[in-house]
Amino acid sequence: MKTGAKILVESLQREGVDILFGYPGGVVLPIYDELYDSPLKHLLVRHEQAAAHAADGYARASGKVGACLATSGPGACNLVTGIATAYMDSVPIVAITGQVPTNLLGNDAFQESDITGITMPVTKHNYLVKSASDLSRVIREAFYIAGTGRPGPVLVDIPKDVSTGLAKDIPLPEKVTLRGYNPTYKGHKRQIDKAVELIEHAERPLIYAGGGIISSNASAELIQLATSCGIPVTTTLMGIGCIPCDHPLNLGMLGMHGTEYANFAVTESDLLIAIGARFDDRVTGKIDTFAPHATIVHIDIDPAEIGKNKRVDVPIVGDVKAVLQDMLAILKKNAMYEPWIKKIRHWRQHHPLRIKDDGRLHPQQIVRALSDLVKGEAVIVSEVGQNQMWTAQHFCFHHPRTWITSGGLGTMGYGFPAAMGAHFARPDVPVFDIAGDGSIQMNIQEMGTVAANRIPVKVAILNNMYLGMVRQWQELFFDRRYSYTELPPVDFVKIANAYGIDGIRVDTPDEVLPALKASLACDGPFVMDFRIEREENVFPMVPAGAAINEMIGGHPRT
Amino acid sequence: MKPHTLSVLVENKPGVLSRVTGLFSRRGFNIESLAVGTCEEPDMSRITIVLIGDDAKVEQVMKQLHKLIDVIKVSDLTENERVERELALIKVNAEPGTSRAEVMQIASIFRAQIIDVGAKSVILQIIGDTEKIDALEKLLRQYGVRELVRTGRIGILRGSKTVSGSK
Repeated sequence: MKTGAKILVESLQREGVDILFGYPGGVVLPIYDELYDSPLKHLLVRHEQAAAHAADGYARASGKVGACLATSGPGACNLVTGIATAYMDSVPIVAITGQVPTNLLGNDAFQESDITGITMPVTKHNYLVKSASDLSRVIREAFYIAGTGRPGPVLVDIPKDVSTGLAKDIPLPEKVTLRGYNPTYKGHKRQIDKAVELIEHAERPLIYAGGGIISSNASAELIQLATSCGIPVTTTLMGIGCIPCDHPLNLGMLGMHGTEYANFAVTESDLLIAIGARFDDRVTGKIDTFAPHATIVHIDIDPAEIGKNKRVDVPIVGDVKAVLQDMLAILKKNAMYEPWIKKIRHWRQHHPLRIKDDGRLHPQQIVRALSDLVKGEAVIVSEVGQNQMWTAQHFCFHHPRTWITSGGLGTMGYGFPAAMGAHFARPDVPVFDIAGDGSIQMNIQEMGTVAANRIPVKVAILNNMYLGMVRQWQELFFDRRYSYTELPPVDFVKIANAYGIDGIRVDTPDEVLPALKASLACDGPFVMDFRIEREENVFPMVPAGAAINEMIGGHPRT
Repeated sequence: MKPHTLSVLVENKPGVLSRVTGLFSRRGFNIESLAVGTCEEPDMSRITIVLIGDDAKVEQVMKQLHKLIDVIKVSDLTENERVERELALIKVNAEPGTSRAEVMQIASIFRAQIIDVGAKSVILQIIGDTEKIDALEKLLRQYGVRELVRTGRIGILRGSKTVSGSK
């Protein structure tokens, strides 16, 4: 017989968890006691939200399931933003929470919250474990559900008497069978034939590549599909990295802050192949005018995404990798779209992303300098807002899983803790958090975690003393009425120093490269406070509700 | 926009009903009626949901329901030949004398049963489709309906076909 806590810790190890991000508390004491002399590594964060984001960052960078642990009540509630972030971006994490003993459930006991009820809308599935003998099965199922099909977060709530209760350690079958859960992996043959036929007959095809390509580890297949026929590719925010930025067929990001040429290509395409993407409003703009001339093929593992926002002509439900492999097997390989490629090349020449070089410190320069310095061999995490969009536009990503950002939920404060998690997945490369002065202050307490554990996360704060993206909208759409978006100056280097972290303040373009090099030379965490042009905007931009080819801040249409 | 009757086979576990109803509210789907009970499989339950929406919306509801791990099968009965029934208990004013006689007459026309008789009221039990119950309720309203309880609609396919089976 073993205690529930011991069964839990052993189960986590059996699932391949090599690090648990967590924060202790009353009802998880038995679990923490078990962790005390377990080989399972645990990272003590400074706020539970950071534990969830760290598990998420770890999962995105590694492709494995991330795990976090918190106590009941406030601890569990603090995980919610992190769980919701993972849910919106289909990231596999398992969140373990403590719960009050079963005999007190529903009694408003001290630090009780109905966390399975609270997280129902933001988890793929969740469990309230009622008996220690269920624990090993539940943990197995939780990891299976999180990591298969369309990935997502799973929460396991464990009452205190379940972790102290005794149960026999029954060996589990290797294979998990759940009669209500059978994801479709293989695409429908006839639909695949149809898609291939459309590709062979199209004149202006375009691949709209989403995060599903990254979760499915299908970058190689995607690149093969694009290059074998010469089909241009535009990626969503989540799809960045699935094809190298400097690949001649890569048009960069589409949508609200996409490149003009990507958005023009969508609007003029006659065949749009959406792969692992979900026609989000930030991508499509006004949905009726999105790809108005295109036949649409949609490949996704989640049948509920098909036809949710946009009617599609050829739906293919299945794992992106498997479907692409099936398509490649029957595709005749020859480049067929010369006039189309030429047209796109023309747009690209006349509508490049702009970057100013006027002696002032512009954020785009900083992102490009970092990009040139690390040459794609780093994990870049962002916060949310202007910092995120500048990075998405100007950093040159070469590999999948090297760009980590909160896309669907848009969670400020995500980046710094996610970067900590990413480090444990990729200790071999530097990890940068590109932050704004607003976002970094949402989880700035994690300086304590990176300092105490010498986690070498490099934080580049693009400091404009504004909540920049909101300010930009106020400038453009609210008559420059900067309602509560100005932030007083903060000396981030001093804050870093107080935690025992080195940092540097940068005011001029000349200081950028030396600062970035100094951050790489430092073997621990490092903070860079870049005092950028305060009212720099993210352009081009599709105003909310407009068609995606109606961009502001771009070039005159030629 | 027409009413659809969805038959949803679920694991008989705590919390399943709130997963299903929570999904409806957060995705903005309105439930017209809902009935839950055990079914032919001992460890499963069947939820019958009636909702009004266009076909695209109903298709999205079904796909979202299907994504719930505890949901085993979702079928739209509306697509098929089916029998649908609902039960209602109606407590209606029926003073001895003329109104009581009239109420009892209406009951007999509708093949409703009188299952309780009080000093000033009677309780009617009626089984039928939604329209029939609506019609009876409308007729009884002139006498004063004190209380009305409806089970929500349930349905089953005609013939030997069933909706059960694995996903």
